[in-house]
Amino acid sequence: MLAQSTIQPLTEAGPVSSVVASVNNVHKAFKGKAALKAVNLDIMAGQVVAILGANGAGKTTLINILLGRLAFDQGEVSVFGQSPGSLAVKRQTGVMLQVANLPETLKIKEHIKLFQSYYPAAMDYQQVLNYAGLNGMQNRYSRKLSGGEKQRLLFALSICGNPKLLFLDEPSVGMDVEARHGLWQAIRDLKAQGTAIVLTTHYLPEAESLADQIVFLKQGKILKQGNSDEFKASVSNKLVRFCSPHFQPEFLALPAVVSVKQSGKYTCMQSNNVNNTLQALLSRFPQIEDLSVTGAGLEEAFLQLNHQITGDSDNKEASDENA
Amino acid sequence: MKTLNLADTFKQVSSHRLNIGQLLKIYRVEAYYEWLKTVRNPSFSLPAILFPVVFYIFFGVLLNHGNAQAASYLLCTYGVFGVMGPALFSFGAGLAIERGQGWLDIKQASPMPAGAQIFARLWLAMSFSVLIVLSLSLVAVSLAGVSLSLLQWLSLIVIWVLGGIPFCLLGLSLGLVLKAQSAPAVINLVYLPLAFMSGLWMPITILPSFLQDFAQFLPPYHLAQLALKVVELDQGQALWQHVIVLLVYTFLFALLSLMAHRRRHD
Repeated sequence: MLAQSTIQPLTEAGPVSSVVASVNNVHKAFKGKAALKAVNLDIMAGQVVAILGANGAGKTTLINILLGRLAFDQGEVSVFGQSPGSLAVKRQTGVMLQVANLPETLKIKEHIKLFQSYYPAAMDYQQVLNYAGLNGMQNRYSRKLSGGEKQRLLFALSICGNPKLLFLDEPSVGMDVEARHGLWQAIRDLKAQGTAIVLTTHYLPEAESLADQIVFLKQGKILKQGNSDEFKASVSNKLVRFCSPHFQPEFLALPAVVSVKQSGKYTCMQSNNVNNTLQALLSRFPQIEDLSVTGAGLEEAFLQLNHQITGDSDNKEASDENA
Repeated sequence: MKTLNLADTFKQVSSHRLNIGQLLKIYRVEAYYEWLKTVRNPSFSLPAILFPVVFYIFFGVLLNHGNAQAASYLLCTYGVFGVMGPALFSFGAGLAIERGQGWLDIKQASPMPAGAQIFARLWLAMSFSVLIVLSLSLVAVSLAGVSLSLLQWLSLIVIWVLGGIPFCLLGLSLGLVLKAQSAPAVINLVYLPLAFMSGLWMPITILPSFLQDFAQFLPPYHLAQLALKVVELDQGQALWQHVIVLLVYTFLFALLSLMAHRRRHD
């Protein structure tokens, strides 16, 4: 008994049952160009992991590797203790990928019934409709669905097998506020039942509201991992917002300004030293109105993180939402 | 502790096996919805049936002035033309479009067995083939004065429907390679010249001799010759020659499809 316990691998000492999938030191390169570098990630039952990062950061590559759709060069990936992509794994996994269109000549009802047939223990049909907010729409052809409605149908297809592991790639794209909140509630319900959820999104409030763990990828590397409070705590930047007839380039030249954004008549800048910035701002542009200073959110945390790690904090960026 | 974990894992995996009944059900349901999806798409189902039938009425009935032999000849060749359509378009264009939309990725990430999708499209192509050759036969009997024995009819239907398989595989490899926007056009560029040069529209003997020689390399020519053998209007080559050429092409197209499939996952 004693001898047996000494040879047990370390991972079995803890509550291993809650790890649904794990990625261990995974490397992947496309034609010599690194797409993932030494990525480590544990996905736990009853948790939402949000994978964030700019386009090309490696989010899709990581998900495709977890789905077994892509081979990797080095490292280990296990899903339900098996290699990813096997039929037994797929039967416990739900997947929502970005799709331009669904076959147009099938009804919502038919799409769902077809996908239910793939699973040995499918979710109850009515329950699928409830979760996806598709009640009363069963007989509509997918041709006639709006972008947000298509997303809801894709979500329905991803959950109809009662998955223990659910992948959602930008699930709320094109959804209106109400549909998005319905989706979030469904995600929370599934999570409460022990489903492990992997989410990618460009919409940071989504990650902030849902994720237990946020993974920030940049150029194939995990820059930071933690919950959203930990991310926000790492930001010293403040937001300075005001009304001004002037244009952005002039504000970019102010001391300690990291970025400037124009949104309608308001200008919003991020500063890593609010005192310096405000002093210069008020002396050079005394005519500004409606000035406010607030702490930064997740979005600012990412911007700052990006600049810190790459070491190019001088490289200020300007963007214009109303261009 | 360790044994318990192993037992748990085993239980988890085995509870996610399907029995043979459930597996057959997936194939059946997939084929049913593939059929439903396609029949409701008039831009596929109408030309698939109308093209060969209208062509046959035109060349085999109206321009033919009651020559029963010519009508039998053209029935055989337009039958081949007919079954090539759904084979190339369902597998080729249909698949290319769904691939382009990203829909195929969703299907492949789901636990649908890959065979179910192939089976469903094969079933669809064959069902359409049956509809097409039945419509052609109806026109042949009622308008063109074709009269064949029951055995001849049955042989023809078997040849037509099974003969669609190599074209399904050709469609499959095209569907895995072509871009969604250009797939229908490219497939027409394969389909129509192939049909013409194999003597499916007008008898091969009318074509210039270099085209007749070239037709020996084309699979539709050999399928048409098999059908023509049933009504004793073929070019007189041995049965096994046609069968072997068709089998070689079947193998070749299957290999191409496999290579195209592998290429997607590199």
